[in-house]
Amino acid sequence: MLFSWSNATSQSETEVESVPVVTDDETPAASADEDVPWVVLVWNDPINLMSYVTHVLQKLFGYSIEKATQLMLDVHNKGRAVVSNGTREKAELDVFRLHEYGLWATMQKDS
Amino acid sequence: MFDRRFRRKRNGAVEIKITEDERSLLADLIDQLRELVLSTSPEGEVDPSLRRLYPAAYADDIQHEVEYQRLMRDQLLERRLSHLDVVETTLNDRELDQESLTSWIMSINDLRLVLGTHLDVSEDEESLLLEDDDPQQHQSAIYHYLSHLLGELVEVASN
Repeated sequence: MLFSWSNATSQSETEVESVPVVTDDETPAASADEDVPWVVLVWNDPINLMSYVTHVLQKLFGYSIEKATQLMLDVHNKGRAVVSNGTREKAELDVFRLHEYGLWATMQKDS
Repeated sequence: MFDRRFRRKRNGAVEIKITEDERSLLADLIDQLRELVLSTSPEGEVDPSLRRLYPAAYADDIQHEVEYQRLMRDQLLERRLSHLDVVETTLNDRELDQESLTSWIMSINDLRLVLGTHLDVSEDEESLLLEDDDPQQHQSAIYHYLSHLLGELVEVASN
């Protein structure tokens, strides 16, 4: 077996949960609307390819190549970027779709 | 010189040019990943190398997080399995439609996430350049192959 139960046990399951909470002012990707209290963030990770992250952001949110690339670079350089916002239901759906693509996405109330 | 493995045709379909060895490697990897995502330990836990497939949704809200995972985790697993199924059934095809292409992209990235987690990939690329006799050498080579394959798939999908 290539993947196995064997020697990956040093990785703590809780690492993924210990995402730091963003407290500084994030500017949502399209935040003209004051009534959208939830933001969806994508976090930097060492596995996902830069071209892949850009592709996913274009595909899921219909962003231009320029905007998707800028968001990807923000993720890469600043560690995270707000990629969408909206109601809690919309944010949950966006997070689910990002997780389906294997991106490290979380959601939180806009601060 | 190697030709590109994937090429967009005028009718929108994507032509696949990969070797039999590559197809059988992918079939084997898909099988292993399906088995892994469906397995749990006697304590009911999933393999630690799967953790990147199920990130937390709520970073700072345990209550919502528990509820989210209760409702969505199985759906996410079902989606993953359905993409693996599509790759398996189209693995010997000469071309892919848009939907199959998306499944290939997602499944190959899933393989990279699991293998990369298993190998403890960091931002430092050097860490994956292992000695020839390292037991992880084989896994590392496959990881790099999958990265290359995904790069080509993303490129053709973006055209």
